[in-house]
Amino acid sequence: MNGKKKKEVIVVGGGLAGLATAMKLAEKECKVKLVSVTKVRRSHSVCAQGGFNIAINLKGEDDSPIIHAYDTIKGGDFLANQPPVLEMCMAGPGILRLMERMGCPFNRTPEGHVDFRRFGGTLYNRTAFCGGSTGQQLLYALDEQVRRQETKGNVEKFENHEFLRLIRDEEGRACGIVMHDLFNLKLHILKADAVVFATGGLGLIYKKSTNSTFCSGASNGRLYMQGMKYANGEFIQIHPTSIPGPDKMRLISETVRGEGGRVWVYGDSSKKMLFPDGTTKPCGHTGEPWYFLEEMYPAFGNMVPRDIGSREVLRVCEAGLGIDGKMQVFLDVTHLPPEKHHRLESILDIYKKFTGDDPRKKPMKICPAVHYTMGGAWVDWPAADDPDRWERFRQMTNLPGCFNVGESDFQYHGANRLGGNSLLSCIFGGLVTGVEVPRYIASLTRSVSEVPDSIFQEALKIEEEIQKEVLGWAGPENVHKLHDELADWMTRFASVKRDNPDLEKTIEKLKEIRERYKKVGLDDHGTHLNQTYVFARQFPPMMEIALVIAKGALLRNEFRGAHFKPEFPERDDENWLKTTIAMYDPAQDEPIITYESVDIRHLDPIKRDYTQAKKVKPTLKNVPTNIQLPL
Amino acid sequence: MSDTHDTYTLKIFRGTPGNQYWEEFELQRHEGANIISSLMEIQKNPINKKGEKTTPVAWEQGCLEEVCGSCSMLVNGKPRQACTALIELYLKETGSFTIVLAPFTKFPLIRDLCVDRTSMFEALKKVRAWIPVDGYVDSGEFGPPVSPEVQDALYTLSTCMTCGCCSESCPQVHSDSPYMGPAAMSQIRLFDSNPTGKLQKSQRLRAALSEEGIAGCGNAQNCVRVCPKNIPLTESLALIGREASKQAIKDFLSLPDAGKQ
Repeated sequence: MNGKKKKEVIVVGGGLAGLATAMKLAEKECKVKLVSVTKVRRSHSVCAQGGFNIAINLKGEDDSPIIHAYDTIKGGDFLANQPPVLEMCMAGPGILRLMERMGCPFNRTPEGHVDFRRFGGTLYNRTAFCGGSTGQQLLYALDEQVRRQETKGNVEKFENHEFLRLIRDEEGRACGIVMHDLFNLKLHILKADAVVFATGGLGLIYKKSTNSTFCSGASNGRLYMQGMKYANGEFIQIHPTSIPGPDKMRLISETVRGEGGRVWVYGDSSKKMLFPDGTTKPCGHTGEPWYFLEEMYPAFGNMVPRDIGSREVLRVCEAGLGIDGKMQVFLDVTHLPPEKHHRLESILDIYKKFTGDDPRKKPMKICPAVHYTMGGAWVDWPAADDPDRWERFRQMTNLPGCFNVGESDFQYHGANRLGGNSLLSCIFGGLVTGVEVPRYIASLTRSVSEVPDSIFQEALKIEEEIQKEVLGWAGPENVHKLHDELADWMTRFASVKRDNPDLEKTIEKLKEIRERYKKVGLDDHGTHLNQTYVFARQFPPMMEIALVIAKGALLRNEFRGAHFKPEFPERDDENWLKTTIAMYDPAQDEPIITYESVDIRHLDPIKRDYTQAKKVKPTLKNVPTNIQLPL
Repeated sequence: MSDTHDTYTLKIFRGTPGNQYWEEFELQRHEGANIISSLMEIQKNPINKKGEKTTPVAWEQGCLEEVCGSCSMLVNGKPRQACTALIELYLKETGSFTIVLAPFTKFPLIRDLCVDRTSMFEALKKVRAWIPVDGYVDSGEFGPPVSPEVQDALYTLSTCMTCGCCSESCPQVHSDSPYMGPAAMSQIRLFDSNPTGKLQKSQRLRAALSEEGIAGCGNAQNCVRVCPKNIPLTESLALIGREASKQAIKDFLSLPDAGKQ
């Protein structure tokens, strides 16, 4: 499709990925309709505290994007397709320069250059940061540019609106959405030549996670129920350090350890534990601080990747060493100098605000919590030197014209994400999408204005009928209580440690909840800011994704990254080096699971070992010479 | 305070425009509870203190870590983020077992504790709160070096989460006043202080000189006292006041305005 008419694109989601997409599309002369459940400036990206991994080698450590890609692939336990990881790491330095020019207030060295610190899973200082709220600052920089595009008429915002249904034309191409206005439940059709989803993670399925309450996973669930492939659902990152609370788990950033924070419990020499090097040793000295991560992983110490940190915290607590007998350990910054405390100020303040204790004086009590969704929408990635590179579209789902990007896609992080990589993957993915969508639209033979109106009206009618029915529900079940039950089962059996009998029971429980959902009654039947109705509508797609997580976890009989199954304690590349693909079939009561091979063209799988420090100079194979960065 | 009380009351100003009323809810005390977790309890079991079935209370929420700006409301009459409002602390500090919640009054009411703060985001357009970069490409270069001290100051200004507490507390922000409020004025300072943002300084200052601008500030200094992010708002307001006056003189004398100091 060419000609003078502006290409119209819907972007659902206004976090880093959605805003990066919208910004790039606006520059590419598309008209963007940006849909978000909240003011985009409040999106969950603001919660990312620690930093932004960019291998630009300003610290004289001989760092490079190749080493960054190596760390990311290894950190993800070889489950990520490698070409997108490589290109993301190569684009990093350019993205940093762009964000800096856009005014993002990165911390500076005395000479005035962008400063870097060290994050988990690497030996390099490659994490740029803005105090303790890096995600907030990156999001604001993008939000400001998108607002600027809004004043130019290139972006139109639909905030406080929620996506409900993808509209597809006779050939199955995405051509619009049905959404509702969260203030008054009015249903609207939006039309476009392509639709992009950047709807983030799904922490709300576990109810108490480090995620914002916007992160329900419902949008991806709705798309999955409309035929979208969902990949690697079972890979959910558990962050080792959060403050437990009645409403959520509040993140204490990895930065705290990066700046020298130490994790410990009181030792007990009468207890013994198997160390990662294969030896069995006592659990420290009785009554003295036992810095278990430092002893177990001498090279990486407190900076092991998150999945390892969470499992070791769990193991130490299960051995009875948890503080106050609970599932919690100390994270200690009391020994750090005041300038380090200042760099961590906003994070330490959060702890103080929610617990009343000052972490500068008393070690923090922290515990693991659901944090990041590695799995998500399956999206395509033709690599730069693939023969069909220009016939396929990067970040496009299996539904033509429907793209997916950011935490809601499955790329980049494999079985475990490294700290500091999410912000990069969201912005990079967004810029790529901003380049690929116009190319896709140019390949179309007609514009959305030529799609018959009946297609839109049919979709609207379906939603009108569902709305009318659900608003009248008066059954005995309360959807918020069902949510508590769902979250309880998922947290106990589909998070840091999994075993098959429990997962089987969880799947049965989820099916039971699905049946009980049919008997839900709403405590509010009106259309005026009816949040109960909105949540009751989000719940079914959340349940379906919960099933995807549980079934994917049940079938995967190995230990890889965040997926830890003690019964199968080794990574099994022979049988399980493959991507899980879930498809929805309304005729079945469980997801249809198939597998796809992982693209490992750049690096053969090696053991993921963090017990030794080797600043090796890794080399990657088959690096294309024609990579075009999206900026 | 006696510990024999195992419950407390949330007294909430609820309803829709023109139809607001008070409703009370009695809740069990829990360690670590905050206003949001209490509202979540009501959502699960919407029964008021009289034992009547009612509708769940509507409110805005997001990160629950005081960084997104969603959950602004009046707690015991003071504008703040509800997520950091710890129940036990309130009971201890006030000696009362009732906590009063109400929606902001300076923005259009939607329902219960939700208001529409769109005007704050519109103000960001008026003051051109962005850096005018040439394009979303990699120029291969960073901007000019920035000292750690300047970065620290810019970062502090840039943590504004558009929560609206400053406007809510400001006597000069009300339905008959065009004043954009302290947050937008402080954003002018942020972008005027950036080495590239400076190039559009005059345009931003002219927005500050408009009837919606800095003349609206009556120096009550409430804003700085309620800002959850401790942004030095009064400092920003004073500075923008001075800079705007200089701009007015420059404009009067028709001096060129290519962003020069």
